[in-house]
Amino acid sequence: MLIRIVDQVDLQEAYQYLQAPTAGGIDLFIGTVRDNAKGKNVVKLVFEAYAPMALKEMRKIADRAQAQWPLERLVMLHAVGEKRVGEPVVIIGVASAHRDAAFTACRFLIDELKKTVPIWKKEYYQDNSVWVNAHP
Amino acid sequence: MEILLFGITREIVGHSALRVPPGEETLHTVGDLKNWLASRYPELKKLSSLAVAVDSEYAMDDQPLSPQNEIALIPPVSGG
Repeated sequence: MLIRIVDQVDLQEAYQYLQAPTAGGIDLFIGTVRDNAKGKNVVKLVFEAYAPMALKEMRKIADRAQAQWPLERLVMLHAVGEKRVGEPVVIIGVASAHRDAAFTACRFLIDELKKTVPIWKKEYYQDNSVWVNAHP
Repeated sequence: MEILLFGITREIVGHSALRVPPGEETLHTVGDLKNWLASRYPELKKLSSLAVAVDSEYAMDDQPLSPQNEIALIPPVSGG
């Protein structure tokens, strides 16, 4: 598996890693910066990670996915730092013999990443900024 | 004992790490640490949740602490 915290996620790197002769399907999820949140214009996002723990938690999620579905390859890449509207932030990819497992595992990996991996984003609007999810 | 701070906890405390004075010998567990922090930084109590990681693993409140541990505050995560 390829699991990294990086300054910029690289789609080519992910796709190259995912190619396998035994895989009949490659599923890629790319999370990008949206220009709005809760009715406000988003100018940029800034991500930070507790990298050693984030990598550990990502590996745990990847292990769970590999135990549950027959995956030939698995990629989890997450960016840190400042990201502008439209830029990719996270790439999740899996390769499997058949598409069902690829779709399901890909969905599982991004959903679980959002729950437990210690990465934080701050949303910057025109006039202020907030740490996402910090307050009820 | 040093505590790593991230995201909003770093902004609340004003530093990326916090040193607990050696005199604070009442901090035996993760729960003790959380109470100690909440009394000093009331803004922490307003967060949706606040977890503590010990040696880069999520820790329960009854987990013992030692000065050799790497300790970090984990405010609500928002990756992806």
